[in-house]
Amino acid sequence: MSTFLGMPVAHAPRGVGHLRGDEPFPAAARTALANPQLRRNLQHATTTIRGKSGRVIAELPDWQELRAAGSALKAYTMANLPRLLEQLEEKVTAAGGVVHWAADAAEANRIVTGLVRATGEQRVIKIKSMATQEIGLNEALEDAGITPVETDLAELIVQLGDDKPSHILVPAIHRNRSEIREIFLRAMPGVDPALTDDPPALAAAARRYLRETFLTTKVAVSGANFGIAETGTLTVVESEGNGRMCLTLPDTLITVMGIEKVVPTWQDLEVFLQLLPRASTGERMNPYTSMWHGVTPGDGPQNFHLVLLDNGRSAVLADEVGRQALHCIRCSACLNVCPVYERTGGHAYGSVYPGPIGAVLSPQLTGVEDNASLPYASSLCGACFDACPVKIDIPSILVHLRNQVPHPAGEKAVMAAAAYTMDRPRLYARAQRAAKFAKLVGKRGRGLPPPLNGWSAARDLPTPPAETFRDWWRGR
Amino acid sequence: MSSKDLILGRVRSALGGHPAAPEIPRSYRRDFPPADLDVLIERLVDYKAVVHRGADVAAIVGDIIGAGTLVVPPGLPPEWLPPEALLVDVDEADGVVTGAAVAIAETGTIVLDGSPDQGRRLLTLLPDLHICVLRPEQVVASVPEAVARLDPTRPLTWISGPSATSDIELNRVEGVHGPRNLHVILLEV
Repeated sequence: MSTFLGMPVAHAPRGVGHLRGDEPFPAAARTALANPQLRRNLQHATTTIRGKSGRVIAELPDWQELRAAGSALKAYTMANLPRLLEQLEEKVTAAGGVVHWAADAAEANRIVTGLVRATGEQRVIKIKSMATQEIGLNEALEDAGITPVETDLAELIVQLGDDKPSHILVPAIHRNRSEIREIFLRAMPGVDPALTDDPPALAAAARRYLRETFLTTKVAVSGANFGIAETGTLTVVESEGNGRMCLTLPDTLITVMGIEKVVPTWQDLEVFLQLLPRASTGERMNPYTSMWHGVTPGDGPQNFHLVLLDNGRSAVLADEVGRQALHCIRCSACLNVCPVYERTGGHAYGSVYPGPIGAVLSPQLTGVEDNASLPYASSLCGACFDACPVKIDIPSILVHLRNQVPHPAGEKAVMAAAAYTMDRPRLYARAQRAAKFAKLVGKRGRGLPPPLNGWSAARDLPTPPAETFRDWWRGR
Repeated sequence: MSSKDLILGRVRSALGGHPAAPEIPRSYRRDFPPADLDVLIERLVDYKAVVHRGADVAAIVGDIIGAGTLVVPPGLPPEWLPPEALLVDVDEADGVVTGAAVAIAETGTIVLDGSPDQGRRLLTLLPDLHICVLRPEQVVASVPEAVARLDPTRPLTWISGPSATSDIELNRVEGVHGPRNLHVILLEV
């Protein structure tokens, strides 16, 4: 359990950001399951990505060795986090960057908004970033009269469709090509009315629409995939080139990075740059990866700010079992293999972090009371553990968190009674014989009477055998 | 208390003294045979780059660009440009010609590091066509070899095929914001 010695743990605050849903997972999932189009889109997309990813992973004879190295690197990073963060700050500062520390979402939003205001600009271009979605940066910027423009294709589809992201990597995974065409025709200014649903035509429409914005916007906001403590180098991994535009064209770049994204040494990238693309988009390498070191005279933004974000991460770190959720490199492989995610989609999880990793990360960032249903949003099949490129044992964390969730009094009483009975062999034998009489009151599958029917709604009661093992043994 | 002290204090409390830091098992492949150019070509073509081989770079560039306009970095070897090349500013250029720092055969990746024959990052971003000239000694087999050769204090751009997206139904589709056409010239000496 928790091992903190001095400072109290601080979870991500309520009322800001997107880590909490409006309704518990079972209720939200029921809504999602009633949408057959959503299920078709998700099944098609996740089946495609599983096939692609499996093929390129099979090309590497040392995939398991790379996973072991990635896992150990992350554990090493967490154990040395204070030293590595201070080293990163020192190196980024020496390279001409300015480092800010944000204890929570509200402080990060204040820092970024203040930095944009200081430039006098009214608009920022954004690279897709989980950290800025988590803290609700777009809403904070809009409240300050600043327009954030999402430049990633899927984020643009979500923004134009007035929708919510449903996947870590592909926020519009729940939309198919014809739905995307309809959104573009309805909401993209200046779009060609003859636009077809051919994917290259849809990509070209986004290219035309954003080109002028890229060329005229002076401030960009990004996240970071890796921040190298040893050198101060920041890394963004992307596909479309919108990231390169944001990291190259503006005068000012503001990068928001979770404190767990620090990587000890430059050499360590040789592990993560092999793991991430193959697990994530199922490519040998993603089309573009940008790395920058503070400010380079004559090339790219001349003002660079790095915002290091806690927002509940230190609270996750305090849990010895749960802390490995911080090892996540946001590849989304666990979403793509999850039988629950494939059917419910990402919106049902409420948080910006959906799927198996979201089910263990969100409750720990917010405090388990605020996302109490998420540790149960899993069948514990273990596919996520097998798929994770840094070997996060998600099923074990799920079980661990289920023990921390507040349980209803009725369930607690029944479990306590069961434990008492199982501790006493004679009582247990009598209870087993008594169970046979249960057949008289209810058939298999009908479940328990209220108030215990909630527990048995998703669980079959076993049919009591005609003769218990003990009776059989005695009669041999 | 500053936010820095607050965060670092929370992290130290959370770690509770001296948590065990594991040794990093680096038993993944780190010794590689010389790069196989055929693998590089196959991987480049797989991600829709066009590959040329030859010693006369200027003639190949001339064939690719035709009557189009070009922008070039300040340190591009002059013999790589056709004599009739129409040189313009970056925002008017149809294409750009650069060298490279490193290429990785196993992943079909080219890395630019802003050296004089590659120029600032903008040059290879705005034009719709990027022609990249690779010398055979710049090609390594694997990602670890490339990381070891690169300087992390330079602005680095890793390029694997033309601009693409996986955002529509999770399939790779070429052609979004970066150059939609990537031509690689493997220099033969």
